Amino acid sequence: MLELKDITKRFDNRTILNKMSFQVPDGEILAIVGPSGAGKTTLLRCITGLETVDGGDFILDGEKFNPAANRDNDKVIGVVFQDFQLFPNLTVMDNVTLAPELALKMNKADATKRAQDLIDQLSLSGKEQLYPFQLSGGQKQRVAIVRALAMNPKILCYDEPTSALDPDLRQTVEQIILNLKSEKMTQIVVTHDMQFAKNIADQILRVEPIDA
Amino acid sequence: MLHYFAEILPSLLSGAWMTIRIFLWTLIISIPLGVVVSLGLLSKFSPLRWILKFYVWLMRGTPLLLQLIFVFYGLPIIGVIFQRYDAAIFAFALNYTAYFAEIFRGGFQAIPNGQFESARVLRLTRWQTLRKIVIPQVVKIVVPSIGNEVVNLVKDSSLVYVIGLGDLLRAGNIASARDVTLLPLVAVGIIYLILTGICTYLLRRVEQRLSKWE
Ligand SMILES: Nc1ncnc2c1ncn2[C@@H]1O[C@H](COP(=O)(O)OP(=O)(O)OP(=O)(O)O)[C@@H](O)[C@H]1O
Ligand SMILES: [Mg+2]
Repeated sequence: MLELKDITKRFDNRTILNKMSFQVPDGEILAIVGPSGAGKTTLLRCITGLETVDGGDFILDGEKFNPAANRDNDKVIGVVFQDFQLFPNLTVMDNVTLAPELALKMNKADATKRAQDLIDQLSLSGKEQLYPFQLSGGQKQRVAIVRALAMNPKILCYDEPTSALDPDLRQTVEQIILNLKSEKMTQIVVTHDMQFAKNIADQILRVEPIDA
Repeated sequence: MLHYFAEILPSLLSGAWMTIRIFLWTLIISIPLGVVVSLGLLSKFSPLRWILKFYVWLMRGTPLLLQLIFVFYGLPIIGVIFQRYDAAIFAFALNYTAYFAEIFRGGFQAIPNGQFESARVLRLTRWQTLRKIVIPQVVKIVVPSIGNEVVNLVKDSSLVYVIGLGDLLRAGNIASARDVTLLPLVAVGIIYLILTGICTYLLRRVEQRLSKWE
């Protein structure tokens, strides 16, 4: 379980998040909604350690931890970026196996086998040797999900997973997220699409802009 | 006429060898140094950034010929004495490092911050990120501009005549003056074309290899 306690984040004395607290039980899906500029992305970036917080605690499975400094391979928090950020110079397979090999020190054979399982599971079979520019938006997103899953994350986070896709792909993303839930993956999804949030979430958190 | 070409060829080739040596040494020194300087230009430490900006500004804002003259004739005044050959390589490396640094700086800046963040959440170290993700992308971005400079360097190397080094152009000049004919200079032109042609060909091969991804 992930717990946030009184998380506060400021940019140049402007408070974006003020004493934010909530819990995400294992295997559940939290959707973070709210108007543009409310701080949804900022909250996600704090959880994933891309921003440091100005106050409050993160607690993962009962232990305090600092996402920005966390190097523990059992406490990976995976991220699927809004624009995916695949590595353009690497094939789909290499995108997926790079971090498990370098960071988790898996050997190439194990990393490749695990990657292949995930690639098949997310209907990307046959795309292993393609480069990101040869993929559609939906395929890129699935590669980004596979790449994050290959690190065996405790939690998987998404920023606006439907925003860069055609509307008819929304169902596909929903299905992927719900399938992962059935495999007990804890997920946090930022979205401004209320219907999408209702379809997937166990819990919906509204973030509101703070007036200065 | 063929007989005449055969006669002057050895002296032209030994001149060409000087040209090639200056060319290769300049590249071997300035490309890695250019990467280092480009990282300095992007550093958060502003005094370093300003010094390097000044250096790049000076090198790009004044003629290479002038820099060559300063290194060979000017520096001895303050007690720094170079042999002709060393002076040439020093001046060329100094000048080309500045150009390469600007090119690499542009390349590094073109890499979206998201690539670094994406590598970071995947737990890659800074060095792994540079090696596996950033440098390959930077190389692809800079190869065309580096290629232009490389071809320029072949031709710029002829400036060493001003400090009396026996390069290709000088060899041609000497033969031309001695035999009162322009033919040696035609031969010189052809040798330059061959040298730049080889460079262009090799660079195109590198670009092709890099074109399998975008
Ligand atoms: N690096 C930063 N420096 C300063 N201010 C920032 C920075 N990043 C975000 N902000 C500010 O924080 C606020 C929240 O931004 P954030 O991106 O989290 O909003 P959001 O809820 O994700 O909006 P959207 O729905 O448009 O994506 C905005 O006012 C933004 O200008
Ligand atoms: Mg956002």
